Amino acid sequence: MTAQEVRLCALLLQEHFGEVVEKVGTHLLRSGALNLRALAHETRTSLDLVKKSLCVLVQHGMCTFGPGRRGPAGPLEYRVSCERILYMLRYPRYIYTAKSLYGDTGELVMEEILQRGQMTMSNTVRTVADRLTQNMEDGQSTDYNDVVTAFSRLVETHFLQRCPPVDTATSKKTVSEVPESPASTITQPSQPENYPDCYKLPQIHLTGRGKRRRSDEDGDVGARVAKKAKLEHTEACGDEGIYWQVNVERFHLHFRHQAIISAVASKLDQTSSEIVRTMLRMSEVTTPANAAYTQAVSANEIFRAVPPSYNISRPILDQYLTLLVDDPMEFVGKAGDSGGGMYVVNLHRALANLARATLESVVQERFGSRSARIFRLLLRKRHLEQKQVEDFAMIPAKEAKDMLYTLLSENLVQLQEIPKTPDHAPSRTFYLYTVNQLPTARLLLQNCYKAVGNLIDRRLFETKENKRHLEKSQRIEAILGSLQASGAEPAQLAEVEEMITAPERQQLEALRHHINKLDSSENQVDETIFLLESYIKSTSCSR
Amino acid sequence: MAGKGRGVAAFTFNIEALGITRGSMPETQQGPRALFPQAEFKPVPLKTGEDEDYMLALKQEIRGRMKGLPFNIKPHSAKRNVERYKEKYTRECNQIEDEEWTPDWNRLPVELMPQNKAIRKRSSKFPELEKRGEKSDDEKEEKTQKKEDDNEEEAVEGEEYDEEELEEENDYIESYFEDGDDFAAGSDDNMDEATY
Repeated sequence: MTAQEVRLCALLLQEHFGEVVEKVGTHLLRSGALNLRALAHETRTSLDLVKKSLCVLVQHGMCTFGPGRRGPAGPLEYRVSCERILYMLRYPRYIYTAKSLYGDTGELVMEEILQRGQMTMSNTVRTVADRLTQNMEDGQSTDYNDVVTAFSRLVETHFLQRCPPVDTATSKKTVSEVPESPASTITQPSQPENYPDCYKLPQIHLTGRGKRRRSDEDGDVGARVAKKAKLEHTEACGDEGIYWQVNVERFHLHFRHQAIISAVASKLDQTSSEIVRTMLRMSEVTTPANAAYTQAVSANEIFRAVPPSYNISRPILDQYLTLLVDDPMEFVGKAGDSGGGMYVVNLHRALANLARATLESVVQERFGSRSARIFRLLLRKRHLEQKQVEDFAMIPAKEAKDMLYTLLSENLVQLQEIPKTPDHAPSRTFYLYTVNQLPTARLLLQNCYKAVGNLIDRRLFETKENKRHLEKSQRIEAILGSLQASGAEPAQLAEVEEMITAPERQQLEALRHHINKLDSSENQVDETIFLLESYIKSTSCSR
Repeated sequence: MAGKGRGVAAFTFNIEALGITRGSMPETQQGPRALFPQAEFKPVPLKTGEDEDYMLALKQEIRGRMKGLPFNIKPHSAKRNVERYKEKYTRECNQIEDEEWTPDWNRLPVELMPQNKAIRKRSSKFPELEKRGEKSDDEKEEKTQKKEDDNEEEAVEGEEYDEEELEEENDYIESYFEDGDDFAAGSDDNMDEATY
């Protein structure tokens, strides 16, 4: 992990969990695995706070623990996953995806689980039903069953998964340390085998019936149950100890497919993107997550699976498929001729091409279209001498040199020396310019992390600068709210509203605009981050 | 060679072979670059649309909510001589938040569990250590550290107990929250020896 990643992690932790967790998390990131005591000592934080922070990090799946260097008898060591922390940047996108796939209920389920790291099914269902009911009009309420359905669909499509059981080595440790706590000794040995069925709903019968009974009992009271009543319910649900977490990998597969589909749509047309979507959907279950291409499907099968609303006749489909195969982006490949032609989606190739397009567009937007021409030229021709670059790009020598050197100094272009003689004499050496896509993608990814870090920094700065205004407006809003609740006259309300002067209002408006823009940029940079990350990951598992 | 030491011609070979002519040398740089250089190309505008707006709203909502959740851990504020009126209420608020979240201890290592009575009972099996724990001056602590080398588990128990005592008094763990430099300087080496 790099300095930029650590910086971004620190900012994200700080924003979501406060400065104590940030301190602990960052220290763990920097120093790898540490045990509790060393961590408390090195961060100079009280043991109590360190413990709490570790609990938070473990709860959110960002921290793992296990026996340390001293073997199982030594102290437990904790390590933090940088990747998991950076995924916090993507939370809005996960939630939005859940919303678009499974509606408001899915959205809230996802939101609750993301915010709390891991939850039991019963707990989630109850909280979500509460929140949905609160947003409804009086007299209406959400049936727990609806939420259960949404939850089980999320599990069936693997967007949610069971938290893996705590591994046995640590549980042994637990047992040896505290023999008198029977709970830990009983639950843990029974769980490790469960891991293969991490998508199995826990005794859904039991939970489902439990829910139904309860929703009959206090359906009209809705979810506004007192805390005590809630606690009582918790004991009755029968899925204690089975926690669910968000399966980010599944989301990433979904995002990848969406990226491919939308790329096809913008490169060719809507119909061909629909064909690719059908192919991806057909092979979704049978293709392993990190496969380079999908299972081959025959043209006949595709024809049957394409939604009838698109009215694609068989010959047209064949034409589309041929077109897709011939396209230089190589999203679709032909694997054989049986069954009217077997077709695959080249997942990794598609990612590589998308990443390349991203690199090209970055060069174009930062250095202009003529630099981009040089960049593309180098990507296509691999190695070129300076003279050749000038000639092929059809740019005057002086300008071409300038651009090439700028790209070189930004590390987007590399220089390879090939000496004719062993003495590396410059006059007898070829100087070849080249673009290495993978290292350049890595470089760009780091730049993206840096950009997000800067965006957050800027946002914090803006908020700090306008702290006084923000506090004032919050106070006045609170006053307004309480006045409205007590039924005050409009004149009175207007008077309170006047307390924010026009320039102040203007400033607040500007601040809101800036912050919205910064937040939006964070979301959108993350799209690029996602693409580059998946490209880099795909290269490491296909080679 | 003519013109030795005069920039362009100072090389031992004909640099024109590289395609560099007199006019093509870059201008020399004077001083560091500007912190915010003029951007030659303006950034493209952000994507807008319903999706983006919704995700923006989600992002801001998450940020707001995470602040209120019990996972957002507040640092112990430094103790003041005069207790402020406000603090009483903020403390109460914090306590309410803390109660909201009780992690499932089956999934977490036991050492993260806040110390409670159950552990005290256990530590009373080591009366010696308990005594040592009660006298919590620096010397005694050093001894505990040494003991840790011989038998780690026992030492850990002893220390935990020791801290618990302190915690009950003022909610701080003195051994890790010392302001004075003398303690930190003295104990640094000791700690490292003992733990590794």
